Amino acid sequence: MAQFDVIVIGGGPAGYVCAIRAAQLGLATAVVEREKLGGVCVNIGCIPTKALLHSAYALRLIQHDAKALGIEVGSVTPDYGVAMKRSRQVSDQNSRGVEFLMKKHKITVLKGTGVLQPGRKVKVGDEVHEARKAVVIATGSRVKGIPAIGLEINKTSVISSDQALLLEKVPASLAIVGAGAVGTEFADIFSSFGTKVTLIEALPRILPLEDAESSDTISKSFRKRGITVLAGAKVRKATVSEQRVVLEVEAGGTAEAITVDRVLMAAGRAVNTEGMGFSESGVTLTERGFVQVNPATLETTASGVYCIGDVAGPPMLAHKGSREGVVVAELIAGHKPHPIRYDNVPSVTYCHPEVASIGLTEEQAKEQKLDFQVGRFPMSAIGRARASMETEGFVKILREKKYGEILGAHIVASHASEMIHELVVARENEYTVEEVDLAIHAHPTLSEAIAEACLDSMGRVIHI
Amino acid sequence: MATRIVMEALSPTMEEGRLVEWKKQEGDKVNVGDVLAEVETDKAVMELVARAGGTLLKQLVPAGATVPVSQPVGWIGSPGESVDGAEVGRPGGQEAGKSGGMAARAPRSSADRPTPTPPSIPAPHPPGRVRASPLARRMAAEQGVDLTTVQGSGPEGRIVRRDLRDGMERRAPERGADAGAGYEDIPLTQIRKTIAKRLSQSIGPIPTFYLTCEVDMERAAEAREALNTAAGDPGRISFNDIVLKAVASALRQHPACNAWWQDDRIRLWHEVHLGMAVAVPDGLITPVIRNADQRSLREIASMTRDLAGRARERKLTPEEYTGSTFSVSNLGMFDIEHFTAVINPPEAGILAVGSIVPVPAVVNGQVVARRRMRMTMSCDHRVIDGATGARFLQTLKLMLENPLAMVW
Repeated sequence: MAQFDVIVIGGGPAGYVCAIRAAQLGLATAVVEREKLGGVCVNIGCIPTKALLHSAYALRLIQHDAKALGIEVGSVTPDYGVAMKRSRQVSDQNSRGVEFLMKKHKITVLKGTGVLQPGRKVKVGDEVHEARKAVVIATGSRVKGIPAIGLEINKTSVISSDQALLLEKVPASLAIVGAGAVGTEFADIFSSFGTKVTLIEALPRILPLEDAESSDTISKSFRKRGITVLAGAKVRKATVSEQRVVLEVEAGGTAEAITVDRVLMAAGRAVNTEGMGFSESGVTLTERGFVQVNPATLETTASGVYCIGDVAGPPMLAHKGSREGVVVAELIAGHKPHPIRYDNVPSVTYCHPEVASIGLTEEQAKEQKLDFQVGRFPMSAIGRARASMETEGFVKILREKKYGEILGAHIVASHASEMIHELVVARENEYTVEEVDLAIHAHPTLSEAIAEACLDSMGRVIHI
Repeated sequence: MATRIVMEALSPTMEEGRLVEWKKQEGDKVNVGDVLAEVETDKAVMELVARAGGTLLKQLVPAGATVPVSQPVGWIGSPGESVDGAEVGRPGGQEAGKSGGMAARAPRSSADRPTPTPPSIPAPHPPGRVRASPLARRMAAEQGVDLTTVQGSGPEGRIVRRDLRDGMERRAPERGADAGAGYEDIPLTQIRKTIAKRLSQSIGPIPTFYLTCEVDMERAAEAREALNTAAGDPGRISFNDIVLKAVASALRQHPACNAWWQDDRIRLWHEVHLGMAVAVPDGLITPVIRNADQRSLREIASMTRDLAGRARERKLTPEEYTGSTFSVSNLGMFDIEHFTAVINPPEAGILAVGSIVPVPAVVNGQVVARRRMRMTMSCDHRVIDGATGARFLQTLKLMLENPLAMVW
């Protein structure tokens, strides 16, 4: 039996970051991982999809804009298999990068499934390891199907992102069930590579957690590209064979049968809590199946056992899990870390144009009966956006009227994912719209739209 | 490059700390996270840990000294490095990256003094620049608040929105979320406002009234004996544990008594966090059993033992003695039959529990000796009306007299 100060179960972006921070603070640390280090994010999530989205972007640029840009390319032949293999290389590189980081910080990597045992013990294979200070659960989540309507993932005609990321060829037609970030990104990828895509969302609009204006902009953009967008649509029944799937979809009172080669399930995720000794060790779950934690300390109902990342509750985002990992490591080491501001976690969807947001949507601000003013600025009025032929989108700022606080910010733009952080920093430090405007923005840049939207919220917009 | 050690705010209300004992001596090697000293705050003895590794070069204050929050107490660096007075006090010195703008805030004279005398009135801010977020500045200007009088709760004492009026509860809780806010704020009705105003004028800032009732503890005693025989020593349950469990269960049914007075509103808590008064050598502290209504009697028993033990050793962390929604004070072990307890604001009620004594009682027409206990609830009349408190006590009495009612 080996002894450590801290044992982290799960080597994803929450777990491995927690382990590194713990090691930095002088704690003897081990990470248990049954697959590849880096977890879903690095291997079958964030990272490979970004590689494929880049291929999709380049393909559309060459197909549609090359001529106008002064480049004659002749006939263009997409090859998804090659793009897929490159995305695997990127993932493998990142996973090896995490392995290197474990070595660099002298963190022991225990290969296998970690099973929690009472008294801060973790069983991996036949061996039981003991944590002197704490065990951290970071077991993450996985995609789930909807068996009730016959859409159980069979890995051939009904697939999840796990299989979509390993396809050698794109299907001729594809229905994507669920239009959150994952569904929307895959719609972008496959449609760019020539698949006829139908994007189905049960809630009234795609990207349902984003501001309605962001959803509408992407919806319009997708329709223009030939993607069929069905929002407020419920899949009533699915008839599945190996070759094709027939979906009965009900939208706006009318039912429709859609026949496709493949269905990609992108509706929701299930957390990994089974078969790992949680209940036997006193770790209880919430009604929704997450591990129950004290929100201030992230400690579970079992003393000395903490929980971070997807399995600790929404939002299920890698960067939220990483921050929880850092905070828990510092708590275990006896520090008093700055508490996490869960209302200031950015959310990003990497379709083209990208969607990024922070804080409240306009709808939420209205529900909370806040007194606020909306400031907007379209990307089409930004010189840099016109120069790069990327004029879709806008920046929208919700300014609280009395004190100028930035209640929320929403960006749809080709590089929204990079632009949003100006507003994340602003909110974290409680800068108001005035401080954002006072910071001089370089010209010409896309970020000028942020300063202009701030000005617009005060009725002082310049360039429109 | 040496790093300054500062007196950290180890509890939300801490303004100064008494350095009880240095755990590292000048010349000792220190790692990040090592305990440098023990510090007595307003509530507990806590540990001051190293934020940087190296050698403890200098102790700027001796054991026993009282130091305001954010004032330097020592230096960590490489052996032989000079941290003489001039360098220590230089505003915006090299260590600025590590301790932020603290250097600018620390007046040179007190940083230089090897043994600062404790200031008679702890100043929230040393003279010089006030650290405040732009939003907090705007709010303070609007509200006419002098920022130098505000204690900041942000990184390194920065004043942020939540430190000012309007800033606290604006974010509405997400309904149905797992970790949703554990309370609901209800605005004051006119009648509540009038009750609050009139009664406060009458008997002081917290218009308290008292409700007493006597409880038959025979069945609770039988249940306790049976459980303790079955569980053996490690799982022993005290009468106080049973009272706590019953109070938590009863509060669940009477949210109006599980509330905070918040000046312009009443906060009804959905969660029950029970404070239990514990006598400590030089006073009293109220550790909190969080989510007490969701815990088994056995859990409550083990938590009370642990919390009371550590309270007496003054080893509680601030989270462990703040945030209670209702409190219980028990002087039964001192053979006090009946007393009234003082409300711990913003809570709206506290239960004073007396000793269990055999008294003659009439049962089925016969006079027999029964073990009975008197309890008195102090109620803040701005929140709890007479009938509201009485109904709560009725439920509590029912649960104590019929322990099964706690799970009913």
